[in-house]
Amino acid sequence: MLLIACPHCGPRAQEEFSYERTTDSVVTTEAAPDAAMTALFTRENPRGVAEEIWRHTYGCRGWMVFRRDRISHAISDIRPLGPEPLA
Amino acid sequence: MSGGRYSALALLRGALGGQQHWGRAWRSPEPAPSYDVVIIGGGGHGLATAYYLAKVHGIRRVAVVERSWIGGGNTGRNTTIVRSNYRQPQLQRMLDHSLKLWESLSDELNYNVMFSPRGALFLGHSDADMTRLAERGDALVAQGIDAELMDRAAVAKLIPLLDMSPDVHWPVQGGLMQWRGGTARHDAVAWGFARAADRLGVDIIENCEVTGYVRDGERVTGVTTTRGTIAASKVAICVAGNSGHVAGLAGLRLPIESHTLQAYVTEAVKPMIDTVIMSQSLHCYISQSDKGGIVAGGDPDFFPSYAQRGQPLRLEDAIAQALALVPALSRLRMVRCWAGVTDMSFDGSPIIGDTPMDGLYLNGGWCYGGFKATPGSGWLYAHHLATGKPHDLAAPFDLARFAEGRTIDEAGVGPMPQHR
Repeated sequence: MLLIACPHCGPRAQEEFSYERTTDSVVTTEAAPDAAMTALFTRENPRGVAEEIWRHTYGCRGWMVFRRDRISHAISDIRPLGPEPLA
Repeated sequence: MSGGRYSALALLRGALGGQQHWGRAWRSPEPAPSYDVVIIGGGGHGLATAYYLAKVHGIRRVAVVERSWIGGGNTGRNTTIVRSNYRQPQLQRMLDHSLKLWESLSDELNYNVMFSPRGALFLGHSDADMTRLAERGDALVAQGIDAELMDRAAVAKLIPLLDMSPDVHWPVQGGLMQWRGGTARHDAVAWGFARAADRLGVDIIENCEVTGYVRDGERVTGVTTTRGTIAASKVAICVAGNSGHVAGLAGLRLPIESHTLQAYVTEAVKPMIDTVIMSQSLHCYISQSDKGGIVAGGDPDFFPSYAQRGQPLRLEDAIAQALALVPALSRLRMVRCWAGVTDMSFDGSPIIGDTPMDGLYLNGGWCYGGFKATPGSGWLYAHHLATGKPHDLAAPFDLARFAEGRTIDEAGVGPMPQHR
């Protein structure tokens, strides 16, 4: 079990967090059909580090971006996700 | 020679010489420079594909390349349940074809895969559950697949150790039984297919990791591996759990995310549960192996992972659910738990067939239901590789279905594997 540093609440148990999707798979209403299709239905699914959107569902309910290793589960960076579009 | 034919007579004859005559069950060849088909992945599905290519289609210049040892991935990391009582008709038809192959598989392979059709029972915990199970049962019977709706008394009689108290959180109201379902011995499935394929001339190359593809323009013409380059007319990916990584080596992005699923086994005891107990309301499944251990599993970890280990939390949930259904299990010690990496496809159904690249084929996306499909998956994939066209039963499961809006969504949750 991991202790995850929520940017708003500090270190909290992993079970309070839930995974949403990767940052490159967010579908916007402006996206062209092909781009929307790619974002919705394809993933890089790397055997290594990925940038993922998580939520502190059973805490502050805030959204955040993890840089997370999918083999070791180590989280190298966490930043809060605001209403502005993803870079 | 790989040990001759297995039979009671051979065993008896061997007894005179202390059983010293048994040879290796399959060769350990060096990779040849080229093959008709190179199958990436020496799990049950890849080995079955190789076997049916050689047996049914006469294509024997086939290599199965495996990064580790055969059957060391998900084939050895599941709960060995075999059944075909799914919800979507395409899955019902495809998995019932597989179940029919299971029924004669030991004879077919001359290897005892210990397929044991002991019945697979979904429990119903509410009126709504029972309505849903009755509907599914009717749909299955309409497809010619066996299904029997059982009432509370029948379930209590069948599984005396179930907690049938009316005041528990998940009371048992009845169930839906598939009597032809059951379990099999997972390792034996890999070994049986490997031995049978080897005897037909298939090269099984272990400790050989694919590192990339050889291309001629847009066409894939071989693989580069840790044991050299191997040319192939067709390259067949069959690495469920790692499909994202292996297809990624060719630059492909799939509708698949890899997640982790755990299971566990207790110490061996005398027969106490002689059928497969499943609850889809709880997401819990329990069976007893022929050795006596109680094998059970639960939910996946709900986030992407290639680690072959799971969270203690999910394991605790799975154990709590099993104890709630069968309280007597609380007296057993857990001896082992494990996790497999599951290819969670974005509609919950497998992908079998062409990729956008010529010469490269895909079989993956089996989510947490691949073991039961082992012989059928191999049969259908071999058909596609040999004929260049999908088998009728596999046609709905092409990769193009996602772009074309033909998803086969068993759970109805869309491209969100963590909610499946």
